Amino acid sequence: MHDVVSIKKNSVSIRDLSLAFGSVKVLENLNLDIRDGEFLVLLGSSGCGKSTLLNCIAGLLEPTDGQIFIKDRNVTWEEPKDRGIGMVFQSYALYPQMSVEKNLSFGLRVAKVPKDEINKRVARAAGILQIEPLLKRKPAELSGGQRQRVAIGRALVRDVDVFLFDEPLSNLDAKLRSELRVELKRLHQSLKNTMIYVTHDQIEALTLADRIAIMKSGVIQQLDDPVTIYNRPRNQFVAGFIGSPSMNFLPGELAEEGGKTVFRTNGVSFSLDGYEASEPLTPGRKVTLGARPEHIKVDSDIQGGEVHEAIVDIEEPMGADNLLWLKHAGHVMSVRIGGARRYAVGSKVRLAFDMSMASLFDAQTEERL
Amino acid sequence: MANISTLNTAAAGFDAVSDQVATGPRGRKPRRTFSPRNIMLYGTLIVAALYYLLPLYVMVVTSLKGMPEVRMGNIFSPPMEITFEPWVKAWAEACTGLNCDGLSRGFWNSVRILIPSVVVSIAVASVSGYALANWRFKGSELFFSILIIGAFIPYQVMLYPVVIALREIGVYGTLTGLVIVHTIFGMPILTLLFRNYFASLPVELFKAARIDGAGFWQIYFRIMLPMALPIFVVAMILQVTGIWNDFLFGVVFTRPDVYPMTVQLNNIVNSVQGVKEYNVNMAATLLTGAVPLIVYFVSGRLFVRGIAAGAVKG
Repeated sequence: MHDVVSIKKNSVSIRDLSLAFGSVKVLENLNLDIRDGEFLVLLGSSGCGKSTLLNCIAGLLEPTDGQIFIKDRNVTWEEPKDRGIGMVFQSYALYPQMSVEKNLSFGLRVAKVPKDEINKRVARAAGILQIEPLLKRKPAELSGGQRQRVAIGRALVRDVDVFLFDEPLSNLDAKLRSELRVELKRLHQSLKNTMIYVTHDQIEALTLADRIAIMKSGVIQQLDDPVTIYNRPRNQFVAGFIGSPSMNFLPGELAEEGGKTVFRTNGVSFSLDGYEASEPLTPGRKVTLGARPEHIKVDSDIQGGEVHEAIVDIEEPMGADNLLWLKHAGHVMSVRIGGARRYAVGSKVRLAFDMSMASLFDAQTEERL
Repeated sequence: MANISTLNTAAAGFDAVSDQVATGPRGRKPRRTFSPRNIMLYGTLIVAALYYLLPLYVMVVTSLKGMPEVRMGNIFSPPMEITFEPWVKAWAEACTGLNCDGLSRGFWNSVRILIPSVVVSIAVASVSGYALANWRFKGSELFFSILIIGAFIPYQVMLYPVVIALREIGVYGTLTGLVIVHTIFGMPILTLLFRNYFASLPVELFKAARIDGAGFWQIYFRIMLPMALPIFVVAMILQVTGIWNDFLFGVVFTRPDVYPMTVQLNNIVNSVQGVKEYNVNMAATLLTGAVPLIVYFVSGRLFVRGIAAGAVKG
């Protein structure tokens, strides 16, 4: 009896979900468990099936196969309104002919909720989102950020367990986007609802998510917390997708040198001291070394380890930091250094790899070793 | 010294520029009112307008003349003595066959045909257009294709089958029969119009309404209908002018006592008994054409807006 209570409930569970439009398979055998109160981000480039998955959870698309559970209830055949979800769309989707107040209360009026209850809930949502002064206005009289706030409010008044966001910030300009991003995070911290958030913006994903699911052609590539995704990408796709500027990839092979396994590319060897491998590194294997720009150290940043010499190819000062493109061992790799440190093009620098943060990928399977 | 002189020439050059800044072109480029371009443009427009207005002018002046003046044959001259006698006669006294109560009978017949046909056809077409755009069902695309083909089949092909069908259900020759025919034949083009309009509205609105729990009719009445006013005006104008101007269906599917106005007009103008009363004919034609003309003048602006509305993101 007591055991049953202690089981941590899943908020949303997806079992073997498949969806095909005719012969085009968008989702295939997808499984996903989202914990209660979790902020899950579905990340991927356009056409990877992330919005399709969200629409399936919302009940706006019928899956070809599989099941969807919300709060341990099988909702696969339920109508969207009966699933206990609220949804926010990229284009806001506010009803243009209704005032903000009517927009917020539309769902409740359809459900024939008593009037004073409607007023109470609208006032609460408007208070949380600070849109009280806008209640009498029409959507056309609002700015983009205000519209998106109203759209979030429409999900809020419905008092649901799960919030679904379909690229809610993509239509906003950069400044508003970062402001609303912070507000969304604050909202999640105070409401503690389950939130599923679709985006193609990796910054949004990394900043908002408890866990990120990176998708590619209908398959989840990796489901992990942002730090793990960033530092321990499971395969080369995830490694290249996350991070800007993106990870340096050096194709080469594993070799044996002085009793140790090293990485060799174009005749230059790199020591792999400090690398945490999940399987034995056998010499002769074709691999790709991946290193993020901030995990390659230059000159005074070097804290020991094997030191190489490289030539500055291009310098890109970006304010807070400075991006150097260095030529070494027949490759050009980007390195992030402090914004105050400047180098002349063509000058020689010393560089060292932080192998504890690097990744080795099998050249064939592209899986991390 | 050399330095100073270059400085001076530089300064002189700067002065020249600043002179130009003070006196040179500034602001909007002036355009002459009587440029060759304007003369061509407005000349063509005026000629075209006159070409189309001339027959109307002839009709109006002729309808205001008495028969003696008409017989003089100066069709362009304004009436020497204005009389409304032909208008009264056309409306209330002109004979068609057995009846001699003028066009008024046809006018009221047309109104009784027009109102139910327009209302029913628009109501049905807007709902089916909405369903085809937002509630895709198995075979909805095929259904839509068939509907579009229907819009391109000439009516004449279907006349006889429709006559038989109306006879079988017992409404041949009645106003009801004609209303049914108009409603059905307006359907393809109207459904196409509404479907494309609803399909142009952002699909997220529909999704949001579904999540808010609204059903088929609630979404239609509370979300879609208020956004579709421009297209309703377009549909209304198309149907009013189309049905009012119809002659073929009216003459085929009705009997003389329920002939619509156009058929009656034809019978007045083409009747060959005694004198041809040109002034009465002109007045009768103007009366018949008045309804579509008024509809165009009143709602022309809305019409253009509705036609363009599909292209603009709303």
